[in-house]
Amino acid sequence: MGTLLEVQDLRVRFHTTEGVVHAVNGISYSMQEGETVALVGESGCGKSVSMMSILRLIPCPPGEVAEGRALFGQRDLLQLEEAELERIRGGQIGMVFQDPMTSLNPVLTIGRQITETLRAHTSSDGASARTRTLELLDMVGLPAAEERLQDYPHQFSGGMRQRAMIAMALACSPKLLIADEPTTALDVTIQAQIVELALQLRERLGMAIIWITHDLGVVAGLADRVLVMYAGYLVEEAPVLELFSRPWHPYTLSLLAALPRVDRPRSSRLKPIPGAPPNLLAEAHGCPFAPRCGFVMNRCRAENPPLVEIEAGRKLACWANVETGQPR
Amino acid sequence: MGQYILRRVLQAIPLLFIISVVIFALMMSAGDPLATMGGRRATRPSDRARLARQLGLDKPLSTQYLYWLIGNDWDRLDLDGDGVAESPGRRLGVLRGDFGTSLVNRGRPALEVIWDRLPNTLLLMVPAEIVIVLGALLVGIYSALRQYSWLDHAMTALSFVGYSMPIFFVALLSMYLFAVLFRRWGLPYLPTVGMFEPTVGKTPLEVMRHMVLPVFSIATISLAGYSRYIRSTMLEVLSQDYIRTARAKGLPQREVVLIHALKNASLPIVTVVGLDLPFLLAGALVTESIFAWPGMGRLFIYHLERTDLPVVMGILLLISLAVVTFQLITDVAYAWLDPRIRYN
Amino acid sequence: MDTAAGLTLPRLEELEAPPLSLAQLFWRRFRRHRMALAGAVTLALLTLYSLGGSLFLTEAFANFTQTALRLQAPSASHPFGTDTIGRDILARTIYGGQISLLIGLAAMLVELVIGVGVGALAGYYGKVIDSLLMRITEAWLNIPALFLLLIMAKSFGGRIPDVQLLGRSFSGSVVAIILIIGLTSWMYLARIVRAEFLSLKEQDFVLAARATGTSDLSIILQHILPNSVAPIVVAATLSVGNAILTESYISFLGLGVQPPTATWGNMLEGAHGYIEQAPWLWIFPGTLILLTVLSINFIGDGLRDALDPRSRAI
Repeated sequence: MGTLLEVQDLRVRFHTTEGVVHAVNGISYSMQEGETVALVGESGCGKSVSMMSILRLIPCPPGEVAEGRALFGQRDLLQLEEAELERIRGGQIGMVFQDPMTSLNPVLTIGRQITETLRAHTSSDGASARTRTLELLDMVGLPAAEERLQDYPHQFSGGMRQRAMIAMALACSPKLLIADEPTTALDVTIQAQIVELALQLRERLGMAIIWITHDLGVVAGLADRVLVMYAGYLVEEAPVLELFSRPWHPYTLSLLAALPRVDRPRSSRLKPIPGAPPNLLAEAHGCPFAPRCGFVMNRCRAENPPLVEIEAGRKLACWANVETGQPR
Repeated sequence: MGQYILRRVLQAIPLLFIISVVIFALMMSAGDPLATMGGRRATRPSDRARLARQLGLDKPLSTQYLYWLIGNDWDRLDLDGDGVAESPGRRLGVLRGDFGTSLVNRGRPALEVIWDRLPNTLLLMVPAEIVIVLGALLVGIYSALRQYSWLDHAMTALSFVGYSMPIFFVALLSMYLFAVLFRRWGLPYLPTVGMFEPTVGKTPLEVMRHMVLPVFSIATISLAGYSRYIRSTMLEVLSQDYIRTARAKGLPQREVVLIHALKNASLPIVTVVGLDLPFLLAGALVTESIFAWPGMGRLFIYHLERTDLPVVMGILLLISLAVVTFQLITDVAYAWLDPRIRYN
Repeated sequence: MDTAAGLTLPRLEELEAPPLSLAQLFWRRFRRHRMALAGAVTLALLTLYSLGGSLFLTEAFANFTQTALRLQAPSASHPFGTDTIGRDILARTIYGGQISLLIGLAAMLVELVIGVGVGALAGYYGKVIDSLLMRITEAWLNIPALFLLLIMAKSFGGRIPDVQLLGRSFSGSVVAIILIIGLTSWMYLARIVRAEFLSLKEQDFVLAARATGTSDLSIILQHILPNSVAPIVVAATLSVGNAILTESYISFLGLGVQPPTATWGNMLEGAHGYIEQAPWLWIFPGTLILLTVLSINFIGDGLRDALDPRSRAI
């Protein structure tokens, strides 16, 4: 099992009329083949932007990948020729987006939107593409696949659309599936179905998955490893069980504490994280979480802690030790 | 879908009714009704009285409207003024194609006069529309893809200039450049008068040579306006999520733009093209006058100057009908093209 | 500020960018639109030209015919040349500009009154009234405007007597043209106003006003209308340019404002007959029309960006 994807010091900026927005500030991580990584953080922390910029799907201008490398099988995706990148997109890396209603083309049939991926990346002719498409629709649990081919997105329900999106993303058996908050726009019951589907597909196909979400509940059931992002920075990295049992970053702590839990007494109150996310227009001095941190020290406001490996497989960007309350 | 078509057709009927009322009202207040509908100058008082009764001018307005619309050959008129209706009317009404007789053309049915010239106007309008749509698509899509480039800015500025110009200015400029100046400079130049050179005859080549300047004049302004519209529509479409999905699937740029984007962009474009007919007609009107093109527009001006209301009103009716029909076709085409409407 | 849990809550100013006032936002966006500014400057210059020019050249001079001097090329004594009956073109463009601009503004006001009236009533009352008014609007829209205008100009143009105002005599056809253009162009405004009213009347502040017994007229004029000003201003601005263009079309075809009163449009009448000998006949007034309408279009575009960025059409 080799390294599938290695991201090094990725920095992404947006040039807006109000100033420069620092969306992603030097994140680095690597992924192995076949593993499932969850990328967690609140809205606006840069998790979607970081993934989309790796595939160069961010419009530039106003976006700009200021620095960094994204090595996919030894090739830097950020430096590839457009034609080469097109081969990898959809062929080796599949992507599922958040809102299936707006992410599917309303004037093309579902069948067409799947077969065109096949025709772009494999040498299938019309008939074999069609057969494969039917296979895919069946695989993602869409009944009566034959009729489904001629349907348009608006004729599907939300859950069905998302299944179709997954079929599209997996059409060419990619090595990596990136799912950008695929269940956020769906009903809770449908969410569970989609997560279940993802688990089944992983069993069957063995692809690596990056699952972007702000929902920790989904993370627990799905991920091998978790990356926590805040304000464009990677602040913690840990195997999933470790993260839930021994969280180290104050932000992770707050996220877990804010989760409504069935096993707490009814009278206990929910604990939201005080304050608001930072203004990404300003360059941060010191740790971006400092204004909201319960463990903040003077050093935090002056210096931004780097992401360091504390134990094998566990990284942290924090000056404090939340277990002891002392500087680390 | 069939229901939708039926509904639109039914909606068009009250619309046509109101339009006919407006035109009728305009006609009644525009000139001497005797001349309007009579077609001959009656001088003796008894003749005038007889004509007035024949035209139903002694009847209430609503009856006059009825006669105008469906004729009076099914009713009897009192022509000799003795209070007894004895003679059947001879008008067939507008709905059956009777627009009256032309004053200028000595008693020829107005519709015939108009119909003679109609093809010549179509010869200008149809190529103009083709030029407009193709040109605007080219410029609009290119500008959208090369957003922020200097070419995009240049084309935007040119578009602004283009649709701020009156058509006759475009016509005069092109006339001056391609006819006068080119001839002065010894370059092959384009003709500016009429449909063909009488000495050469009405050959297709001759006609096409003469068509160039008028068609260009009509097309320029609409092209300028539409290219901007197509540009902004394309930009909007290109920023949609499904385009991002198409790119994430690794589809080549050409496929993304020409199929995924354009198919969506073509929907509002179809609507706008459908709305273009009145402007095309206006363009034809002005251009025909300048280039002495023997079409319906020039006919309109000529007969309007001479207060030949049967022909003038006839033209107005025909083109209004054309506009309503064209819009109906456009709406239906839109509904057919958009699967969200077609399959629902 | 400390909370019970011992955490410090940050101050709001640290976290958010300071909000801008509406006026500041407007000016920022308008300023970005350099073409709009260029348009505003050009329009100001053109207005200055038309109004200020009359301080130097009298109207009598503009209408003074000297057939001996007909069709003279631009020279020192006649910088824009002379027309087919020897009148100075420069002077005529000055006075023509006054009329053209006047017609543009006045026609816009007529359209405004009718369009806002119809649109407000249709949008506010809905149902039957809306249906009826919209059918009428559609009917007007479907009759090709230029043809309608020409017929109306021919029929009614001559029936209005000349007007004496501020010591000058205006051809009655000016008033007629203003009314006719206004009467045939109000539909676009009506549709915009109707759309605004349809969406605004469902808002809570309207329900609140109704609940307190405010009269319909009050609600329309004092509550809804002020909130729909943005698209109305944009449309009204663009309609001035449109009115100037329309007038030029009618006058060019000889059925608009009648000489000796000059407009930029009627100065071009018949110019195509002299295309070889006297291009100055049409280049000057034509360019002036172009510059005016272009400036107005730029300004309208800038206004739209600044006031109503959501409604991006053409």
